[in-house]
Amino acid sequence: MKVLGFALRAFRRDLRAGELSILLAAIIVAVTAMTAVGFFTDRVGGAMKDQASQVLAADLVLRSAGPISPAYLRDAQALGLETAETLSFPTVVVSGEQTTLAAIDAVSATYPLRGQLTVADTLFGNGRPAAGVPGRGEAWAEPGLLGRLGLDVGASVTLGERSLRITRVLQYKPDQNIGFVNLAPGLMVNLGDVPGFGVVKPGSRVTYHQMYAGSDALITRFREQVTKQLRPDETIRGREDAGDQINAAIDRAQRFLTLASLVTVILAAVAAAMAARRYALRHLDNIALLKTLGATQSFVIAVTVTELLFVVVLTSCVGVALGYGAQYGLAVIAAEFVGFVLPPASGQPFLLGVLTAATVVIGFALPHLISVGTTPPLRVLRKDLPPPRLSAAVTYGVALAAIGALVLTIVRDPLLLGLIAGGVVGTALVAFGLGWLLVRALSRFRGAAGVAWRYGLANIARRGGESVVQIVAFGLSLMVLLLLGVVRNDILKTWEQTVPANAPNQFMINIEPDQLAGLKAFFRAEVGTEPFSLPLIRGRLTAVNGTPIKEYKVRNAQGAAFLQREANLTWTDTLPASNVVSAGSWWGAGYAGPLQLSLDAELATNLGVKVGDDLTFNVAGEEIEAPVTSLRTIEWDSFQPNFYVVLSPGLVADLPQTYLASVYVPRDRVEMLSRLVRQFPGVTVLDLEVILSQVRSVIDKASMAVQYVFLFTLFAGVVVLLAAIQLTRDERRFESAILHTLGAARRKILQGVAVEFITLGSLAGVLAAVGATLLGWGLATYAFKLEYSVSALLWPLGLLSGALIVGITGTLATRHAVNEPPVAVLRDQ
Amino acid sequence: MSMDAVLRAAGLTKEVSSPEGTLTILDDVSLEIARGESVAVVGPSGSGKTTLLAILAGLDRPTRGQVWLGGEELTAMDEDGRALLRARRVGFVFQSFHLIQSLTALENVMLPLELASESRAAAVARETLANVGLAARTGHYPKQLSGGEQQRVAIARAFVMRPEVLFADEPTGNLDSATGERIGRLLFDLNAEAKTTLVLVTHERDLAGRCDRTIQIEAGKVVR
Repeated sequence: MKVLGFALRAFRRDLRAGELSILLAAIIVAVTAMTAVGFFTDRVGGAMKDQASQVLAADLVLRSAGPISPAYLRDAQALGLETAETLSFPTVVVSGEQTTLAAIDAVSATYPLRGQLTVADTLFGNGRPAAGVPGRGEAWAEPGLLGRLGLDVGASVTLGERSLRITRVLQYKPDQNIGFVNLAPGLMVNLGDVPGFGVVKPGSRVTYHQMYAGSDALITRFREQVTKQLRPDETIRGREDAGDQINAAIDRAQRFLTLASLVTVILAAVAAAMAARRYALRHLDNIALLKTLGATQSFVIAVTVTELLFVVVLTSCVGVALGYGAQYGLAVIAAEFVGFVLPPASGQPFLLGVLTAATVVIGFALPHLISVGTTPPLRVLRKDLPPPRLSAAVTYGVALAAIGALVLTIVRDPLLLGLIAGGVVGTALVAFGLGWLLVRALSRFRGAAGVAWRYGLANIARRGGESVVQIVAFGLSLMVLLLLGVVRNDILKTWEQTVPANAPNQFMINIEPDQLAGLKAFFRAEVGTEPFSLPLIRGRLTAVNGTPIKEYKVRNAQGAAFLQREANLTWTDTLPASNVVSAGSWWGAGYAGPLQLSLDAELATNLGVKVGDDLTFNVAGEEIEAPVTSLRTIEWDSFQPNFYVVLSPGLVADLPQTYLASVYVPRDRVEMLSRLVRQFPGVTVLDLEVILSQVRSVIDKASMAVQYVFLFTLFAGVVVLLAAIQLTRDERRFESAILHTLGAARRKILQGVAVEFITLGSLAGVLAAVGATLLGWGLATYAFKLEYSVSALLWPLGLLSGALIVGITGTLATRHAVNEPPVAVLRDQ
Repeated sequence: MSMDAVLRAAGLTKEVSSPEGTLTILDDVSLEIARGESVAVVGPSGSGKTTLLAILAGLDRPTRGQVWLGGEELTAMDEDGRALLRARRVGFVFQSFHLIQSLTALENVMLPLELASESRAAAVARETLANVGLAARTGHYPKQLSGGEQQRVAIARAFVMRPEVLFADEPTGNLDSATGERIGRLLFDLNAEAKTTLVLVTHERDLAGRCDRTIQIEAGKVVR
């Protein structure tokens, strides 16, 4: 109780006297930055998850070729999950004399659980979000179907035994299939109408879906529960399984956001450590005095620890509140600009805030303050006694361990942590080395210029160690600023370039070989370019090295899934642009030898197949056998048609096949597609524009979010920079007072201060450029898997911004100290 | 130890190592100070006065020798033991006042009372400040007080626990002569009133002259 009471009084007095201000400010900055980023990324992450859910139109989808037990739906609803059902099947739709194959989606009233349907009132009309689903007796048709049948909204079609009135054009559905399989134009109908059609019978080719949505915890619980009961033909797919472009984009966005949290943590921790050191050194005399007055060492340390506990509580509360406010502002701005409403934040960032405050206090303040607790009471008589020193191993060890643990808790990615730590420690080491050299070399330049120059350089040289520490701190801050300003932009640009502006937006399948030449001519005449085309052969893997797949053991579930479906094969002599041969060798252009196979490297791993193995495929009843001669690494998010299995040209050209083609059609020319549909009735045209813009919008939203998050980190960096400058304030007040007393004009002293900060900033800038270059390269190459070339801007910008930012901020922040009346300052000493 | 000695030192030697070899700061010093006695420790700069004071007060440890304070052997105690003994029996006044800048005059005086969990800390401190003539200055911070006033706060802080022994290290060293004179008088008045034993390190002849006894130190030895 005595300790608690004393600590409370000491804390109150320290607060009132401003003794804790800098330490508190630094920790609050750390907590604010962390929780603002935490709250914001939590909400953005939530929004991203919603986007991923849209790919499934739910959080979890159970799929089967046969009817799915309604017990699952009841279980899900009992848990509190939302549910929906759909049923998909191909069938012929009739309109007068015309018939066409259509992909029917029969949906329950609650579909979709995630995302929205986009509909229009006329063919190629303006899209708008749909309310609900088609009513009984109604149908919403995709543009391709209307084109094929020469119909528009208002017409009727016959499906089996029922007539349906087309009431909307269906432009977009969340679970649009981005693959190229069975994409007959779609017709959406009400699930309740299905029995009336009389087309769904035992043995019909029908896919049943049950969809579920709810909180992560419930979904996880339900998934675990259901997985145990699944029949072999039932598969379950969650957001995390949707391994497509959107997932890749989200993954990268998360890494960017994580990077933002990381740099903020590191910056703030540097400031907190400096602030703690300052607080500790200022308290040496007070602690010696307390001991003289009879306080024991254990009492002093207990009071210190208790006071720090108050610090944690106060900074957590203030920081989390500020962080929430800051992220709220960000979210409002973000929502206004990017047009999506963020879901509410979870409570997790609050815990993160407390954890941050505790980590910073334990890792950065506690060691300094506890060591000060060992100050001998003799210091009251002998001012020259050196302050107790912590061993470097303890200081840096505890700090690094604490920050490392915190960072690892956040990023959960040791590689990213390693890269960041490597960049920071590397820069710090280089900075200490170069800083030391600069301090040594400065004496040569001191005589060369005027008084201000000499005073400024002398300041750096005389403070030796402190100058080096400041160079390191500024260097680290600037490195982060450069990372945000230049490297982030470079990486973002490279990232955005992975979605080319003229990515193919029209995909065509079911092209008969004899239609290909006509189709190419059509596009040449209409848009001036020929579509990129590849043959498409449907085949099922039947044997590996002569072992029938029933007896063959695959490596994992993905491998097993491949065996259960018909695969899309193609043949070509040209290695696709987005493919790289990772094993074996490509057969090469003009190859006409025996049949060979090239597999996606990941598929080969999943199947447990390597170069040299023989695979047998059944294509329309015919067995083809060929050795695997190469494995390819495929860039799936290249927006080019890609195939797991590629065959060498030659004999396969005689197998039953169709073609698929992709082409870019400018948006103002899409009206030609209806002519295409009429001229080539069998060809299915898939307008990827809607899907692509969906993907691009996810990427845009992600990069917008990243920029906002980084904007906050930038702000944190500047605040931390100011905190670092604040640390030498006392010293500078005293020096300025002495110089004033000796007759120096204020302007002269300010010039000296400017020289000092500009010099420090320039060197820090160079160091920052080195660090940012290395770190940027490491992050781009290893964490984001992007190619990164060093921007020519980085170095001049580093030097210049270092000199300017540190020069101006330093001089301005020191101005008050310089301007204080010397008498008042000297009396304080 | 004689019956009324409150402070006794036997064979105190303090050595420190320096680049030139071992330096002897105190050389076999023995002394006794009676309860209620006032003793001035005088000598030239660097003679070892302050080191002797620090060891007698338990702020530093001798290389050899023993110190007893109020019958307890200081030199046998660890740092915390000495701190607790100081809390009960010892007060200090320093040349540079050593007030905590962030605390008001009243709070500075309350500090030792709070360390001892004294419930009436504020009232006692206020009364003591009034005794040194600072009743009107209780809410002032050290930097708002003159040097003499700051030293009076320090003296109030030293007497507020009614210590058995008061150690003063050049208490008037930072003050002009008139203020120093007033502070000296205050110190001796309070000492007489509280019957405290006073051990005073000083350069001031007048101040030393007020003491019952003077111990002269030169080159670490008691010469008189």
